[in-house]
Amino acid sequence: MLFPLLAAGLLAIVRNGKLQGFIVRVSALLIASGSILLAVQTFGGRLSIRVESEWLSYGMLALDIAMSVLIVVFAIRRRKPMAAILTLIQTPLLIWFELSNGHGIVIAADMAIDRLAILMALIIGVVGSLICVYTIPYMKEYHHHHPEFKDRTPFFLAMLFVFLSAMFGIVFSNNLVWMYFFWEVTTLCSFLLIGYTQKKEAVDNAFRALVMNLAGGVGFAAAVVYVGMNLHTMELSALIEMGLKGTIVIVPAVLLAFAGLVKAAQMPFSSWLLGAMVAPTPSSALLHSSTMVKAGVFLIIRLAPILSGNIAGLMVAMVGGITFLLASLAAISQTDAKKLLAWSTVANLGLIVACGGIGTYEAVWAGILLIIFHAVSKSLLFLSVGTVEHNIGSRDIEDMHGMVTKLPEMAVMLTIGIAAMFLAPFGMLISKWAALRAFIDSDNVLIVMALVFGSAATLFYWTKWLGKIVAVLGRSARLENHIKKDEWVSLGFHAAIAVGLCFLFPVISNRVIEPYLEGFYGTQIQSVLSAGNTNLVLMMLGMVLLMPIAMYVYVHLQDEKILTAYMSGVNQGDNRGFTDSFGKPKDMYLANWYMDKYLNEKTLSMIGIAASATTLAVVLMMALGGAL
Amino acid sequence: MKTWMIVSAYILFAPLLGGLLAGIDRKITARMQGRFGPPVLQPFYDVLKLFEKESVAVNHVQNFYILFFLIGVIFTGCLFFSGGDLLMVIFALTLANIFLILGAYSANSPYSSIGALRELMLMMAYEPMVFLVAIGFYMVTGSFGISNLVQSNKMLLPYLPGIFAGFLYILTIKMRKSPFDLSMSHHAHQEIVKGITTEFSGSTLALIEIAHWYENLFLMGFIFLFFTWTSPWGPVVGVLACLVVYFLEILIDNSFARAKWQYVLSSSWAVAATLGFANVVILQLLQK
Amino acid sequence: MPFFSKSPWIIHYDGSSCNGCDIEVLACLTPVYDVERFGVINTGNPKHADILLITGSVNEQNKDVIWQIYNQMPHPKVVAAIGICATSGGIFADCYNVLGGVDKVLPVDLYVPGCAARPEAIIDGVVKALGILGEKRKKMVARAKRKKMVTRLKQMKQKGGESHVRKSALSRHDP
Repeated sequence: MLFPLLAAGLLAIVRNGKLQGFIVRVSALLIASGSILLAVQTFGGRLSIRVESEWLSYGMLALDIAMSVLIVVFAIRRRKPMAAILTLIQTPLLIWFELSNGHGIVIAADMAIDRLAILMALIIGVVGSLICVYTIPYMKEYHHHHPEFKDRTPFFLAMLFVFLSAMFGIVFSNNLVWMYFFWEVTTLCSFLLIGYTQKKEAVDNAFRALVMNLAGGVGFAAAVVYVGMNLHTMELSALIEMGLKGTIVIVPAVLLAFAGLVKAAQMPFSSWLLGAMVAPTPSSALLHSSTMVKAGVFLIIRLAPILSGNIAGLMVAMVGGITFLLASLAAISQTDAKKLLAWSTVANLGLIVACGGIGTYEAVWAGILLIIFHAVSKSLLFLSVGTVEHNIGSRDIEDMHGMVTKLPEMAVMLTIGIAAMFLAPFGMLISKWAALRAFIDSDNVLIVMALVFGSAATLFYWTKWLGKIVAVLGRSARLENHIKKDEWVSLGFHAAIAVGLCFLFPVISNRVIEPYLEGFYGTQIQSVLSAGNTNLVLMMLGMVLLMPIAMYVYVHLQDEKILTAYMSGVNQGDNRGFTDSFGKPKDMYLANWYMDKYLNEKTLSMIGIAASATTLAVVLMMALGGAL
Repeated sequence: MKTWMIVSAYILFAPLLGGLLAGIDRKITARMQGRFGPPVLQPFYDVLKLFEKESVAVNHVQNFYILFFLIGVIFTGCLFFSGGDLLMVIFALTLANIFLILGAYSANSPYSSIGALRELMLMMAYEPMVFLVAIGFYMVTGSFGISNLVQSNKMLLPYLPGIFAGFLYILTIKMRKSPFDLSMSHHAHQEIVKGITTEFSGSTLALIEIAHWYENLFLMGFIFLFFTWTSPWGPVVGVLACLVVYFLEILIDNSFARAKWQYVLSSSWAVAATLGFANVVILQLLQK
Repeated sequence: MPFFSKSPWIIHYDGSSCNGCDIEVLACLTPVYDVERFGVINTGNPKHADILLITGSVNEQNKDVIWQIYNQMPHPKVVAAIGICATSGGIFADCYNVLGGVDKVLPVDLYVPGCAARPEAIIDGVVKALGILGEKRKKMVARAKRKKMVTRLKQMKQKGGESHVRKSALSRHDP
């Protein structure tokens, strides 16, 4: 956990390009293998660590103050008072609490490493460090394409590693104050990463992210204070145990869930994640897949046992459901690949959040699997889009027409990523299926409907993108490939993990998720996925994996006659144009269907914000009203 | 053992039965239009002839997707008739259909592309309702397993009238009948030539046709599930219901003009959101 | 082999007809004549069609179109010129832009003259086309077989085998 920090420190100092690359590669390798080693070592057990030192908590407090001072300075410099106000609410609140009440509370475990934490650590360690490796060549190219931005690559790389470190902190923390500290670190990091280019748009979006996440932080801080004052504990695990035993923990649950919802970019707060697209691609990949938003859903999944069946859970589930449906619909109208990916992230997080909010055994099972699968495939997609953008000079989906002939390698990568996001044998779909069952079992008809309609929309926008990629455009030559070796390593590993996970998921489910869940829900629960269905899934997977080989053989054995495409007899002979009614040649252009007249992004966002904000406001008022 | 027999019977006889149904369909359609109509075996003649044609294509990969489309549909059917999981069946069918769409995309011709997009839109239109069918079955019987649904001790239709009506609505899309035959109509060659199948010919076109026979058969299986129960009369009623529904589809086919896509999408979502949703809510209330 | 005669799919192209023959072609599909009895389907897509029915004469503007449509039809295929204009140019033969009958551009297999051609005549023409389709299919199969043999021969030649014997056997089959 501390190691990435060290790497970050080093990277901030080192300016030499080669050395930089070396450090990143080595530290990425170490982080990834470290997290795997940790997983192997502590597998199955629950590790609790107690830190006795006073100075550590004072140090954290000092850093908290430093961060808030930093934010205030930024806010004043850019004249954004909201950020300053929010940070000035939460930090003093926490300082007051720490100094007055915080000392009296005995903490059994500051850090707890259980199976869920290990899973998350694996995601952060492996996917996160792969992204870091990808960043080295990407940033070089990025500044080559955008000479107008100041090259602050060392800073960027350092921030990535600080981010990873903070994420490790979040998943391992059991002490809420610690978690809050790391939580704020990620907020600040994301702010700095989004504002990397220092363009006006970037700065505005960075501040939007900052303000929203600080608002979530206020919720978190309030929860910490409430838990400490009323329940006399600081531990997340103790809070959950109390909740399961019947103590009323609705207020902290609502507050923490609120913080989680903001971080997970749920409506009405989704705009910060969509705005985060202005940053260079690796940071988007990081924000979207393994870090930041995953911190939000991680917290909600952690809280799931105490969300189940109460008003806080209902709030979370409703917000998640609304977000999933509307974000999926909004994604249909996107032509910008990164924007589409962003909406899809928001939608999928909505689904995970809804799973957490339902909080039953099956739902949480599905939620955890969704986190894993989503992290890998989304990261793969983001990085692929980044590479494609550098190769064809655009990230518009329309410009990816005929990728399969122009950039076959990237087409394969994108296809794996897209297929892993929604197609049958891949993990996302299995989890979705389990989620559907869980929603029905818990009698949440509205969320079932949201899932059903949202899935249909998901199918639409992914398939039409896939269609663009596989279209074989006549007369198009293969483009020269500029993909660097590091990018290849990263993409290749991603793809391999995405496919491999599908084979591994029964193991993950049996050995990791189910034992974790049995701790909360008792041991009498049968496996969510029956053995027969698992076999079927593996069969289908085999079929899909056979496809490339079969395709190769088939294409080479074929001797069918190649004809031009039918264009009412006026094809120009190369399938790219036709003769118009004046006898002149005219280019043909096949556009996809975006339905933006009907599924307007703005309108959908407005509906979503209104609906989810109402839900949030009502529940917050009820919970707080009941508490006061 | 029994499962294997049913599955192999499906693989062998489904195309025969499906083709026969298609032939009867064409005959009845002709009679409804006051014509004599082709022989009942006409679909088989067509397919066999297509196998005798030269094989041509726009590129070397497009026909490959169709091969996987056929395999996918057969796999789905096997899953259905072996009593598998209903949701799994839906997912497998989706996968198969996506191969067809990708094939049409791959050909990159204007007519097949528009067909592919329309097919995709139709999938988006019917998918929610298909899921609701599975959800309805699950809520009544507590299982997604088709083998359990068949052995239900009561007819499921009385519990699922809304969902059944909704399914009938989108069945018209799935069976590619007018007014919802937007993507590959036999009768729309003025506007989209043959839509999604425009660039497929010869044996590949024959494979698409055969895949549809397989598909139609397990779509009828869905209808069967609504009607059957464990008594000996169950299957009889089920099969009769399938025939009636098929006839109804032919009647609808011949009495409506093709609709616009906006209407298809909004109406089928509206049906799912009203009929389907109301049915699910009532089921939930009944169970409490 | 017999399946071609049971399922002839047609594509109908209107050259520069006065629409008289077109109406008659469509009349064949109406309940009165109902060519679907014989398995005939009007596909509107050259890639699915077996028989190309052309009405009207060929002119400068549509000759390329006709040629392309013909080329996009998979073998075996038959071209039928429907009506006198498609047969010879008819009364438009001397127009400045008219090239003449379809046979100026395509190898026409059968002619159905008339102004306009009567539905009965058109159906009769399609039935005649079925026979031609069957023969063409036979030729196509033979050609494919020969092609296979030639490639096999070539392979043998490369290996240095005794290919001359086979070669003489082959030439005997050649018409």
